[in-house]
Amino acid sequence: MSLSSQYRLSDPWLLQPLPAYGTLTDDEYAALGFRCGLEIHQQLLTVRKLFCRCPAGRYNRDTHDAEILRHMRPTLSEMGEYDGTALMEFKTRKEIVYLLNRETVCTYEMDDAPPFEMDDVALDGSLLMAMLLGCGVVSEVHITRKQYLDGSIPTGFQRTAIIGTDGRVPFGARTVRIRQISIEEDSCREVSDQGHRRVYRTDRLGMPLIETVTDPDMVTPQEAMAVGQILRFLARSGGMVRTGAGAARQDVNVSVNGGTRVEIKGVPSLRDVGRLTHNEALRQRSLLGIRGELAKRGITVDSITDRLVDVTTQVRGTACSFIAQAVAQGAMVGACPLPGFQGLLEVQTQPHTSFLQEFSDRVRVIACLDQLPNLVVSTQTAPSLSSTEWGRVSKACGTAAEVPLILVWGNRADVETAAREIAIRARDAVSGVPNETRQALDDGTNGFERILPGADRMYPDTDLPPIPLEDARIDGIAARLPLRPWERLVKLQELGVGADLAARLSRHRAWDLFEHLAKRLPAGSPFTATQLASLLLDRSAPRPASLRAAGEWWEAVVDDLVAGRVVPEAVWTAEDGIARRADDTTARALFEAARTAALSAVAMVRPTGEDQFRRAVMGAIMHGLRGRVPGRQVGEWLVREWLDGSPKEARS
Amino acid sequence: MNADTGDFKGYRSPTLDLLQSQSAPVWSLATLHTKRGDFSGLILPRSETADADHIVLKLDTGYNIGVRHDTVHRITVHGRKEAHYQIPERAFPHDPKKPRVKLLGTGGTIASRLDYRTGAVIPAFSPGELYGSVPELADICNMETEKLYGVFSENMGPEQWMGTARAIAAEIEKGVAGIVVGHGTDTMHHTAAALSFMLQDLPVPVVMVGSQRSSDRPSSDAAINLINATRTAATSDIAEVMVCMFGPTSDEYGLLHRGTRVRKMHSSYRSTFRTLSDIPLGKVDLTGVTPYRDDYRRRRSERKVDLKAVFDDRVSLVYYYPNMKPDIVDSLIDNGYKGIIIAGTGLGHVNKPLYPALDRARAAGVHVYMTVQTMWGYVQMYVYETGRELMGLGVIPAANMLPEVAYVKLGWALGQSQDHDEVRRLMLTPVNGEITDREPHDGYLVLQGGSPEVAAFISSQWK
Repeated sequence: MSLSSQYRLSDPWLLQPLPAYGTLTDDEYAALGFRCGLEIHQQLLTVRKLFCRCPAGRYNRDTHDAEILRHMRPTLSEMGEYDGTALMEFKTRKEIVYLLNRETVCTYEMDDAPPFEMDDVALDGSLLMAMLLGCGVVSEVHITRKQYLDGSIPTGFQRTAIIGTDGRVPFGARTVRIRQISIEEDSCREVSDQGHRRVYRTDRLGMPLIETVTDPDMVTPQEAMAVGQILRFLARSGGMVRTGAGAARQDVNVSVNGGTRVEIKGVPSLRDVGRLTHNEALRQRSLLGIRGELAKRGITVDSITDRLVDVTTQVRGTACSFIAQAVAQGAMVGACPLPGFQGLLEVQTQPHTSFLQEFSDRVRVIACLDQLPNLVVSTQTAPSLSSTEWGRVSKACGTAAEVPLILVWGNRADVETAAREIAIRARDAVSGVPNETRQALDDGTNGFERILPGADRMYPDTDLPPIPLEDARIDGIAARLPLRPWERLVKLQELGVGADLAARLSRHRAWDLFEHLAKRLPAGSPFTATQLASLLLDRSAPRPASLRAAGEWWEAVVDDLVAGRVVPEAVWTAEDGIARRADDTTARALFEAARTAALSAVAMVRPTGEDQFRRAVMGAIMHGLRGRVPGRQVGEWLVREWLDGSPKEARS
Repeated sequence: MNADTGDFKGYRSPTLDLLQSQSAPVWSLATLHTKRGDFSGLILPRSETADADHIVLKLDTGYNIGVRHDTVHRITVHGRKEAHYQIPERAFPHDPKKPRVKLLGTGGTIASRLDYRTGAVIPAFSPGELYGSVPELADICNMETEKLYGVFSENMGPEQWMGTARAIAAEIEKGVAGIVVGHGTDTMHHTAAALSFMLQDLPVPVVMVGSQRSSDRPSSDAAINLINATRTAATSDIAEVMVCMFGPTSDEYGLLHRGTRVRKMHSSYRSTFRTLSDIPLGKVDLTGVTPYRDDYRRRRSERKVDLKAVFDDRVSLVYYYPNMKPDIVDSLIDNGYKGIIIAGTGLGHVNKPLYPALDRARAAGVHVYMTVQTMWGYVQMYVYETGRELMGLGVIPAANMLPEVAYVKLGWALGQSQDHDEVRRLMLTPVNGEITDREPHDGYLVLQGGSPEVAAFISSQWK
């Protein structure tokens, strides 16, 4: 259909194909005004969950032994306002189903019991992270409730608390500002979301997370990925976070000149961040182009009206299969005219995605019409109604043939919700980029998830008192801060290690071993720090096993190297002498022996408190095993024993 | 400015001194320069129960933090932003075709807002506030509200029970179709029992309701409980004092428990109320009320209630434990108590060392009744010698009355008479199911988690 001249698009951006990821230069991103901030979530390494005594990090893949059903209602925040997201979620009228497994959840997670006190190990881990990032640390931790009405947390809110604010991380010649570090409980994993019913698995619920929020200081997608790597690395270097699949997730927020901060939630891998942020920047640029066209056409928020015309009769007997089927099942078909949107619904906003998708997303999420396609538009090329049928619909709406008509179908209440959402999205187009939370999709594009929540959804937790952080606790953690990567570089430089090697080593897991062994090199040692670094990073060597070798083995080797008894090239041949991994049966026996020794050793140091006791036992066992049994396995056995009842005999 | 004017709400010295010296009252938008870094936000009032050492700051992100007074070098004030907290109030619509329901408030959190200062939850109560937060009520009835008390349920007592009973009787005479009583859950069953005895021959439903998750939480059970209770009061045919609370923990249906057989059985579960040694009166959900039994008092059009709002509070409830010493009972006698309910072991027993004290009690004219701490089942004092001996000492078995119900009933009976035989007649003549002739086999159902057959049942049902 050719458009009359008043509806021709004039913004050249809207007429060209979207630039592919990887084709834009830094200058081109700068011209767009690309800005990106990161929120990195990492699971803290603890024995228990954050606010209850359920085991941390244990997941039931497919099994559950009970289900419960809940709904969510919005409430007022502390400042006396309803949050927009809260109301949106309320409109969806979802039934929320939780799958429970008695191994992994208790009455706390299902919101049938108040919280226990916050896990101290988790709190210490988050303090360590805040201090690694140079944040100002609060003197009193206030647990806050952050509302989530999507049901992902059965209470309807997440317990979260600020640990520190205003940190910074060197990034090349610049500094990336850290807005805040918080500690929070993880949410449920979504199993399905169909119609008015959403199902969640609860095993992950309540896991302690640390959230690191940067300012929007990254100006290209590549920078966003690089900074993300630094932040994740920092947390790992402190040893307080879990690693592996699902242990870290990130949200990214993106804006461009004239746009709005849009948050993309739940990006599983940092590798995806580049393409996602690129595509989001383009989407915002396209929406701004659409805004310009609407302004030129004189379309305003007030000129867009909520209109829903029941056209079920007009489309009865259509050959369009999905509409015919819906009508046969008793669905209502409604038409929403969008005068002034001629030629705009087809504008590309993301690869393989047009502006119409934004309407479809809202209808799917809020009106719960999730059988796709959930709408058709009169101006699209995809097959839908015949032109005669569209003519009948136009006539029923009393609009000219060229006015785009969006058809939606379903039960009347949902169709009415859909029509309201279509009008809301159309009005949002007048102001440009709506304030939204969007979800990352596998192909690097993103889709509508919910309206971006504001500060209104935060209110204090009345179930737990604030936790004061005494100087002694802060000083104690400061004393065990590991060197940050940039500090490692300085140290390596002092040791005379060349820049390339230093860059690799500073981010390598061999760093701790290097730091330990470097202390054994005397001044003027013939075996240099550079040689030590090369040895530990030697790509040709069977490194993984070597790095797991006991510290004592390495100490002896380094002493030999320093004394000139061995040349570096010969070290790997000696590696055969390194203790190999034990098989399963032997591992268990070794574990038992090491544990017995550890318990008596630990009893002698008289640990104060459960957590200190457990850390000491774990440390002593790992020391005793010298890498012959993987730490993960040891951890698992120990946790199981502790949950079943600790061996008490060694504790006085 | 000084602390009394409310400018520094909740702050005490030394933090108060700091805020005053820096001219940074509550609601200041400020930056706190501290030895642990700079923090910017809104200075909030401090909870009175929290320590005196920290300033509460709300950051732009909505998070609160605490800043210790002695870490602060300096405070820069940029402006002021005072919060006004209000539940959106909308006039409760009137529909002449709908029944009139009166909601009487005694406290608890049916609808509520949060007090930022104390962190406590404050009830919202006017019809407009209720309509603003639970608009579904207008589909059921025309609602009027009256706040009788504003107390946590542990502070409810005889005075409030009698006051509530009188208020209900007055409302019924005015012609309401049903009464809803908002109440904290902890002692809801005590009040339910008291109202059952004080309001006899009810012509309309009196439905007690509360919430286990306060209504400042999105997952609250308050709205559903209130909707269920209101529906019951407006439409049900059951003219009794009932407790209406969640059946399962899922948002599925509410159970209607007879006021004399109900008990709070879990400190935090939504489905905490249970009918003991019997089955509930029925259930209520979006579709209406479904009775589980037929032996309830029917709704009638008359407007009269037999009001017996009396109570003698010289009554105690003694929960027996092994090795209990007679001085416990002696002190009650010495302090002028007129009635003692014993929650005894098993079929209704206490140890021998208590015998002389019980004998003293009888001599002093104290009315002593035996109930069972097993909660389910009857007192039977003939089976063992101990029981026969205790009856010989004047202890009267109270059948299957729940201990708390027996406590309330004895106070109520002594409010009417001190005569031993008359009190005994009042105690042992059931008013409304507090003593039943028979216990059905499903009156005691406590499923044992972990057994395979229960696991199979649970996994096939909503909890």
